[in-house]
Amino acid sequence: MAAYIFRRLVQAFLILLGVSLVTFVLLYLVPADPARQIAGRSATAETVANIREQLGLNLPFHEQYLRYLGRLVQGDLGRSYLQKTEVSALIASRLPASLLLMAGAIVCELLLGLTMGMVAAVRRNTRIDQGLMVLSFVGVSAPQFVVGILLLYVFAVQFGWFPIGGYGTFAHLVLPSVTLGFLGAGWYSRMMRSSMLDVLRQDYIRTARAKGVTRLRVILRHALPNAILPIIAMIGIDIGLFMSGIVVVESVFGWPGIGQLTWQAIQRVDIPIIMGVTLVSACAIVLGNLLADLIAPLIDPRIKLR
Amino acid sequence: MLKRLLCSTAIAAALVLPAVTGSAAAQEFKQGGSMIVTYKDDVSTLDPAIGYDWQNWSMIKSLFDGLMDYEPGTTNLRPGLAESFEISEDGKTYTFHLRRGVKFHNGREMTAEDVKYSLDRVTNPETQSPGAGFFGSIKGFDAVSAGEAEGLEGVTVLDPYTIRFELVRPDATFLHVLALNFSFVVPKEAVEEYGQDFGKNPVGTGAFRLAEWTLGQRLVFQRNEDYWMEGLPYLDEIVFEVGQEPIVALLRLQRGEVDIPGDGIPPAKFLEVKNDPQYADLIIEGGQLHTGYVTMNTRMEPFDNKLVRQAVNMAINKDRIVRIINGRAVPANQPLPPTMPGYDPEFQGYPYDPEKAKELLAEAGFPDGFDTELFAVNTDPNPRIAQAIQQDLAAIGINAQIKTLAQANVIAAGGEPDQAPLIWSGGMAWIADFPDPSNFYGPILGCAGAVPGGWNWAWYCNEELDAMAAEADSITDPARAAEREQMWREIYVRIMEDAPWAPVFNEQRFTIRSPRIGGADALFVDPVHIPVAYDYVYSNDVQ
Repeated sequence: MAAYIFRRLVQAFLILLGVSLVTFVLLYLVPADPARQIAGRSATAETVANIREQLGLNLPFHEQYLRYLGRLVQGDLGRSYLQKTEVSALIASRLPASLLLMAGAIVCELLLGLTMGMVAAVRRNTRIDQGLMVLSFVGVSAPQFVVGILLLYVFAVQFGWFPIGGYGTFAHLVLPSVTLGFLGAGWYSRMMRSSMLDVLRQDYIRTARAKGVTRLRVILRHALPNAILPIIAMIGIDIGLFMSGIVVVESVFGWPGIGQLTWQAIQRVDIPIIMGVTLVSACAIVLGNLLADLIAPLIDPRIKLR
Repeated sequence: MLKRLLCSTAIAAALVLPAVTGSAAAQEFKQGGSMIVTYKDDVSTLDPAIGYDWQNWSMIKSLFDGLMDYEPGTTNLRPGLAESFEISEDGKTYTFHLRRGVKFHNGREMTAEDVKYSLDRVTNPETQSPGAGFFGSIKGFDAVSAGEAEGLEGVTVLDPYTIRFELVRPDATFLHVLALNFSFVVPKEAVEEYGQDFGKNPVGTGAFRLAEWTLGQRLVFQRNEDYWMEGLPYLDEIVFEVGQEPIVALLRLQRGEVDIPGDGIPPAKFLEVKNDPQYADLIIEGGQLHTGYVTMNTRMEPFDNKLVRQAVNMAINKDRIVRIINGRAVPANQPLPPTMPGYDPEFQGYPYDPEKAKELLAEAGFPDGFDTELFAVNTDPNPRIAQAIQQDLAAIGINAQIKTLAQANVIAAGGEPDQAPLIWSGGMAWIADFPDPSNFYGPILGCAGAVPGGWNWAWYCNEELDAMAAEADSITDPARAAEREQMWREIYVRIMEDAPWAPVFNEQRFTIRSPRIGGADALFVDPVHIPVAYDYVYSNDVQ
């Protein structure tokens, strides 16, 4: 087990190194000159040259990259070109909001997805089943900015049940969480449905029913825990999906998380922020996958780590 | 041109009105109340030496002051932290007498030493100020900018309330430069305490002080009780909420949760809101110091031929482009916007005449047209405008391929001598730093800007006009201001003869406010403060 974790951590390190290199190369190739960007339109040529030198942008590529790595291992993500603030401070100030949103999304996708899947399985081949599966299909395919704006329009503007964007209270959390979780809910309802159908065919379910246990009790106590197992392991992988989703959802709802930070930084080519967020997201995805793999054998002893 | 006429009367009214609001208003309106302003993007920095986007520009103006300022709602200069000033005969020495008893937000009195420190700081290369270049006419600037001197030789503190500037050449724009944010006065001890984070912990002499900044969420400005202008500001508090999409901000305004959506009315909702009688009194329209134009690279074939450039000018249907953006602009025929001194209302420009344009092309040796590329920024509505231009050019035989890129990439292409034959300037167009005609020349039409990385994307360099511009800017005598303006007018008319640009339109500003916020209309379309002059608007709740 310890050896397994060690090996995975080494892999994770190599993946992160690769991510940093690829991102750095891509941003290096962007045909926009950061020094000119910082200097602004009224700057003289000397000002631009001076800024370039101070930031080390005049150095050859490998030196720039090594400098970046050198600072990175000391935990220094650099300063934003335009905001002049430490990137680590910017990310730290926004991370809690993103984590809260992701937690909300996980709750939503489980609640929605599992309920839909369970109902569909129990009511197999009925109108309800078909309706739910169409809904899950929509969930999987609808772009998040469309879902977000629709929800915003219907529930916040028309009905006024929720605030129109923003951050702070539980009411603010609902719509963005649903939007972000809706995609996953689509997947989960399908998986839950087939997993549940599998379980419902098992002998022990028939035995339980024959013993006179009520239908509802059979589903909740016997079928659900078994059907849910394969799904739990998927949550870790979802973090990767969320990382791309929050960029859209946070912008639509004015949610002050790192997705919004990323979107603003991309538009202004603020390279240190883009680098920092990419690395933090890569870390989250790698950790999420590792966690998913570690949890899997705990809930299903048939899975062995090697 | 009824619309133009209406527009210019509105501006004339705007220029007259604030004279009333500025001084008399101090007794007229009660202080108190608060206002909520929203923005899509984070506020980047509030350091006056660094901040250079339209969002932080006015916020900084409310936190700090400079020696010079503008009458609210106008482009008229007036003294700010200075009480009075004298200009020497030769126009090379300026002496300022400071107001007494002006206090920084930390309680210390502002003196001439602070003014000198602030200017030394902004010109010091280590500060990386995007505005350092504005101070080029001060004696000793070159030494500071090369890192050879600590302070500007030409700035001398005569006593705590008197400061003298010596210039290397007479500079008619110098007073405007002293009204720029880059010249605003900062206290040394606070800058040294916060270092690179001064922009997040600003300390100035302005009407408001920063009370709270929650990154990515909100900023709170609170009234500076010790502000040196009696009775100002009117509001007790301004809350800036960031990260709000313009469409969301508008919905919240309609619900009464927001007072000013800082990013304006989103294009998709524009007509609906503008035609709604409910908002008729709440939308204020005004001019901007902005021109949208197509640059033609005069060093690339075939745009090195004047006839081709003139043909392009005649090919573009500007009225149609204005319709495409729902009438949020007025057609332009010269580089300067109508609100700018030096604008020539008599000038007719090139008419829309595709037939004549074809003839010019044939005369230039391109009877069958040619292939070229049109660069544009990829944010709405710029690709649509580029398409309209493409169609207009196709009608005279010019086959332009559109290249829509991110803003930074278009700017980079324009700064190279052989990259972009045509650029539509929308989304990165020149908006004046200060209301003076020279600001539309040097960097974007003068020889100084026609360098790699420069902003003269037409790569137009007319040495005769450069000399004339230098002469005009050496006229510092206020009595000869009209003569100077006339010289500038002539420069721009002569530029249009060479036609390095095809001016397309001047964007209009539309600010929407909640009924809670009051003030003269000019304050909501202030040419220097965007979106509104924060210090002068008031709350109707407390009146």
